[in-house]
Amino acid sequence: MTKQQANWSPYDNNGGSCVAIAGADYCVMAADTRMSSGYNILTREYSKICKLADKAVMASSGFQADVNALQKQLAAKHLTYQHQHNKQMSCPAMAQLLSNTLYYKRFFPYYAFNVLGGLDSEGKGCVFTYDAVGSYERVGYSSQGSGSTLIMPFLDNQLKSPSPLLLPAQDAVTPLSESEAVDLVKTVFASATERDIYTGDKLEIVVLNAGGIHREYMELRKD
Amino acid sequence: MFRNQYDTDVTTWSPTGRLFQVEYSMEAVKQGSAAIGLRSKTHVVLACVNKANSELSSHQKKIFKVDDHIGVAIAGLTADGRVLSRYMRSEAINHSFTYESPLPVGRLVVQLADKAQVCTQRSWKRPYGVGLLVGGLDESGAHLYYNCPSGNYFEYQAFAIGSRSQAAKTYLERRFENFTNSSREDLIKDALIATRETLQGEKLKSSICTVSVVGVGEPFHILDQETVQQLIDTFELVTEEEPPAPEPASEPAAADQGGAEQGAGAEQGAAPDEGVAPMDI
Repeated sequence: MTKQQANWSPYDNNGGSCVAIAGADYCVMAADTRMSSGYNILTREYSKICKLADKAVMASSGFQADVNALQKQLAAKHLTYQHQHNKQMSCPAMAQLLSNTLYYKRFFPYYAFNVLGGLDSEGKGCVFTYDAVGSYERVGYSSQGSGSTLIMPFLDNQLKSPSPLLLPAQDAVTPLSESEAVDLVKTVFASATERDIYTGDKLEIVVLNAGGIHREYMELRKD
Repeated sequence: MFRNQYDTDVTTWSPTGRLFQVEYSMEAVKQGSAAIGLRSKTHVVLACVNKANSELSSHQKKIFKVDDHIGVAIAGLTADGRVLSRYMRSEAINHSFTYESPLPVGRLVVQLADKAQVCTQRSWKRPYGVGLLVGGLDESGAHLYYNCPSGNYFEYQAFAIGSRSQAAKTYLERRFENFTNSSREDLIKDALIATRETLQGEKLKSSICTVSVVGVGEPFHILDQETVQQLIDTFELVTEEEPPAPEPASEPAAADQGGAEQGAGAEQGAAPDEGVAPMDI
């Protein structure tokens, strides 16, 4: 008598990769625009990046239906926050909210691998990285998604700060300039696209700084 | 004469078919400080008188944003008004979440009215003691509604509620036929003049009133004090003696051109005239 297996899954993985890098006074978020299912491409022009607040932008890979539901939940909660506090949520506040929202569905999780980026209350770049059930940490840079195993080691090589156990404590935020960080992101995605079949088509880059939010695109290999 | 016998709880009818508790709750609205609403084809303006209890305290918030396209001004028990605003905000969010489109104003006021009605038919509840002027825009145009504690609601071109609102209503009744085609600026000016009518001679200052606007392409927002004071200054000198009968068309043109110097003059003149007069709310 073998255990009964499910004949369908509520989840699907739409693939793709996301990256975020925190700078001294900026934050760079990037994600490819390919949406796939299995070996098929559903669309080449799907944005995985969502602005949650003036200073908080989220990039999510995984199951996009869950990602959309999550984004809607956060947007609704943000609206309530604005009504009550008469201001936008800060990035660290949104980070906690995202964590709580994910854990709320601990026993039927959002299949979403998120990376939240923005500017903290001092204007410095901040990046928060998550797992599917809300465990999160503030870091200087992160990647999630199908290409993260290829991207993360490269970012470690370029950006990793000395161990946090060392004294004096070193800032996790990269000393790179904004344009250097954007170039790094472009390089990283060009490489990930080569070897990860789920990453490609186009790269969407969003930069947050004191001047606001700026978006640009770069073509990637389409195979 | 028999009022006192049948007014103990809301679920008791009087022999003449009235629910006195509900009527008493409408009295509470009349005791609150005035709130005024006007609408044109493209904009809705809500204004209210903000009187603080004493010179030491701040004034109560009486105008609330419900969503980008809807705002509400209240008169009466402001605590009840706050709770109902929270409900309205939540309903607006839920609607946009489900339907990805803004909640039509007419739908919101029905939900609000039904909520108020429940409190008129439960012996363990009391009616809400607040009147709400709900102004908003949706696909069918600009709307202004008044929601009563009784659970009734009506749509208006312009309306005023709260204490001394009759003075404002008299002014609005004279002018309302022009409102449909009014410009945004004229509508705000009419709202301010109507507000001034309820002050019964006291000088209109931006510190004692709040004005909010919602319109086509303009999300609901409360005007800041400076802007309101400038608007007051542009018409204060012009309309001091003359009754508000003449054409609205020529007034803004003249007022805007002369606004700069008149504004400066008015501020200098207003400086010695300070201090909030003690009042009844």
